[in-house]
Amino acid sequence: MKTIMKYVVADLIRNKVIVVYAIILAVLSFSVLSIDENPAKGLLSLLNVTLLFVPLISILFATIYYFNSIEFIELLLAQPVRRNKVLLAEYAGLTISLSLAYLLGVGLPVMIISPNLAAITLLMSGFLLTLIFTAIALLIFVLFKDKTKGIGAAIAAAMFFTLLFDGLLLIFIYSFNEYPIDKAVLGITAFNPVDLARILMLLQLDVAVLMGYSGALFKKFLGTGTGSVYVVVCMLFWVLLPLLLSVRVFRKKDL
Amino acid sequence: MIHINALTKSFGSFKALDNISLNFAKGRTVSLLGPNGSGKTTLIKSILGLVIPDKGTISINDKQIGNDWQYRSHIGYMPQIGRYPENMTIGQVIKMIKDIRKDNVQYDEELITQLGVDKISSKTMRSLSGGTRQKVSACLAFLFSPGILILDEPTAGLDPLASEILKDKIIQECNKGKLVLITSHILSDLDGITNDVVYLQDGKLIFYKSVDELQHMTSETKLNKMIASVMRNEHAKTAHV
Amino acid sequence: MPRLIITILFIFFVFNGNAKTIVVRADKANAIKNALAYCADGDTLTIEKGLYKEQDILVSKRITILGKDYPVIDGVKKGQLIVVVRDSVTISGLQLQNTGRSSMTDMAAIRLQNVKSVSVTNNKLVNNTYGVYLQNSHYCLVYKNTIKADAKDELNSGNGIHAWKSTHLLLQSNNISGHRDGIYFEFVTDSRIINNTSTENIRYGLHFMFSHKDVYTHNSFINNGSGVAVMYSKQVEMYYNTFRHNWGDASYAILLKEIADSKIEHNLFDKNTVGIYMEGTSRIQVLYNEFVENGWAMRVQSSCDNNVFEKNNFLSNSFDVATNGTMMLNTFNNNYWDKYDGYDLDKNKVGDVPYYPVSMYSVVTERVPTAMILYRSFLTDIMNRVEKVMPSIVPDKLKDDNPLMKSLKLR
Repeated sequence: MKTIMKYVVADLIRNKVIVVYAIILAVLSFSVLSIDENPAKGLLSLLNVTLLFVPLISILFATIYYFNSIEFIELLLAQPVRRNKVLLAEYAGLTISLSLAYLLGVGLPVMIISPNLAAITLLMSGFLLTLIFTAIALLIFVLFKDKTKGIGAAIAAAMFFTLLFDGLLLIFIYSFNEYPIDKAVLGITAFNPVDLARILMLLQLDVAVLMGYSGALFKKFLGTGTGSVYVVVCMLFWVLLPLLLSVRVFRKKDL
Repeated sequence: MIHINALTKSFGSFKALDNISLNFAKGRTVSLLGPNGSGKTTLIKSILGLVIPDKGTISINDKQIGNDWQYRSHIGYMPQIGRYPENMTIGQVIKMIKDIRKDNVQYDEELITQLGVDKISSKTMRSLSGGTRQKVSACLAFLFSPGILILDEPTAGLDPLASEILKDKIIQECNKGKLVLITSHILSDLDGITNDVVYLQDGKLIFYKSVDELQHMTSETKLNKMIASVMRNEHAKTAHV
Repeated sequence: MPRLIITILFIFFVFNGNAKTIVVRADKANAIKNALAYCADGDTLTIEKGLYKEQDILVSKRITILGKDYPVIDGVKKGQLIVVVRDSVTISGLQLQNTGRSSMTDMAAIRLQNVKSVSVTNNKLVNNTYGVYLQNSHYCLVYKNTIKADAKDELNSGNGIHAWKSTHLLLQSNNISGHRDGIYFEFVTDSRIINNTSTENIRYGLHFMFSHKDVYTHNSFINNGSGVAVMYSKQVEMYYNTFRHNWGDASYAILLKEIADSKIEHNLFDKNTVGIYMEGTSRIQVLYNEFVENGWAMRVQSSCDNNVFEKNNFLSNSFDVATNGTMMLNTFNNNYWDKYDGYDLDKNKVGDVPYYPVSMYSVVTERVPTAMILYRSFLTDIMNRVEKVMPSIVPDKLKDDNPLMKSLKLR
């Protein structure tokens, strides 16, 4: 598996899209961080970039890449290797390359200009989001036979997680405002990795305000370390679940 | 060497393989023929483990292939369409497959030199023509001198010279006692190299005969004529019934 | 000011020619009480290092009590320790610990009762219900004391420095922690609180009511349960104080309730749940303060009027201003808001369009607190932008017409 992964990474770091992705992120980060005299504000802009573009780019690029590699995957599977190894190697190679692009593009400027805990949290969220959306792309790849349908599903998934989900959640919160729904809401957010990444950042930037709400749950849960741990664990589940499901489906998939 | 028993595979309502039983012995070159959608590729992919059959079994060297994956070290596969990671060089692709098949240390690099692939090993896959990619695929299939060679439309994109080199190589390997499975549309390319013919249609086995038998039956010398003749007879038979 | 008082005391001693010094050792029970019986006005009582288990030591003569290497007076959780009922007493260099606890009387380590010109300096007060208790006392000095306790709940605990019905006090350079309120003032006027540090008190770092004309400068109030509460007072001046990390659902760096004609200037509000909360306040000037990384920099209830907020820095706060109504009778002008994204075409360093410090989402979360979970999402970003173009729920009178383009150098 390591062998295949190594070659996939070697291929991808010379991929134009990946290189351009890293450069755009770097230019964006440098300009956002240096224009403003207040680096915390720049960090917020980068949070928006991370929450919006990382899921979209990761899932789209990964889906297209998987579908384009289908003949190569076939060739690999004709060799004496396990199926799941080939699949996971493809995933790992892709995830490593995309994460590298993100961590170089955003991480380098951030760590040079304003290295602090919030910055590390931001990088962590971006990294986890890359892992998650590359895994979701993998699931889409094994579930769909057709490339066009697959890309459609990828776009739909990205839109759902970045915008639609929050809209529905807001409607839910508004309609059941009279009831004690803190716990439910917190539970629901676990179903959206983008929300989880955002909450991880909120716990860094806005603890003060979260502490201000009388909801004991917010205070006890989010104000302490448990909140961050919970969020990270949920996000790791979001990596593992699509991966395990993909492996399961792929075991029986006809190529 | 390969025993296929009552193999059946459907894609939805479409029956790609319908109760196929075949035996392939070593030292033979077998051509898989049939119109588009007849089940040739599905059969090959079933042997390679790329397609998981609904029913029936495949045994290779008397071992049934199930979830086992090691049996593929006996197989060299040349796919119909060779697409490789764009930014990898030919050298890297060859190195990579070598790394994957670490168990094998004896390489057969005859084809690599004959086809001139070694001279362009630093070119990236993106820059290659379809024919050159086919050459790379062919090299990879023969690289480990496996007991079984599965070649899916091997000569489709090759220039005449490369095509001849490949044919010579096939004959040579077959004479060494290997089993070669070939699918091809270009029947003239199979003349002189194939020993047996398997003809599939709509997922069913129509016939499995040696070239000698066919020659005897049809008194033709060219493979395409033989097939055409046999098919005419088959049609006539079904018409009578 | 402190120097002045010390100077006065010094002169007083010089002219008291026939004073004697009495030395006490911890060899007998009630050693201090016995020694006090021999003291006359103007004497000095030196207490040697040791452990003295005595309670309710009554100081009724004009003496100086000096501890050598911090002798320990331990109340063994019974009664009070020292009660001063005479003017011009000095208590210095003692370690006072373990007062009793009672619901009838406020048990203090040092109680000043109806006195003038008493100074309490350089003492260590450990684990007492009340630390220094000033009752109807005037012109007193509490200087460089360390006052520490380990209070668990509000009911069974007392305050670090507690002053009631007093005037002209000077509290300087004390270090107070772990009490109910760090410093508590009730009916205390014309006093100064300078350079004290009040941390980790379970209720307020500083708490005062009905205390007018007091000045608070260069103090630090850090990590207190509910920050600082200022109520029912006039002409309060607060300069150069630091309010840091006061977190909780009822936690404010400063809670202002029914305050008028006061000044809050050059303070730093850092990482508090609410920087300044004000209710029923009038004519307060809030100038040159810095609000950094607070949940809400300010909550201004609509019962406030004629307050002026000028030349403050608002940096990295989750919300700059929140309010509960649509009325706004206060003035915001010339502040720096880091969230301002207007422009300055005429290059006069003042933004050309007003800034509205109440964000749309702060109004939403005010009504539906749970919606906070969606804060900073793409969706709420869109909502905020739409609101900026077509304001509908944000109070439109609450605005800064001349927002600064660059932050002020305040520190």
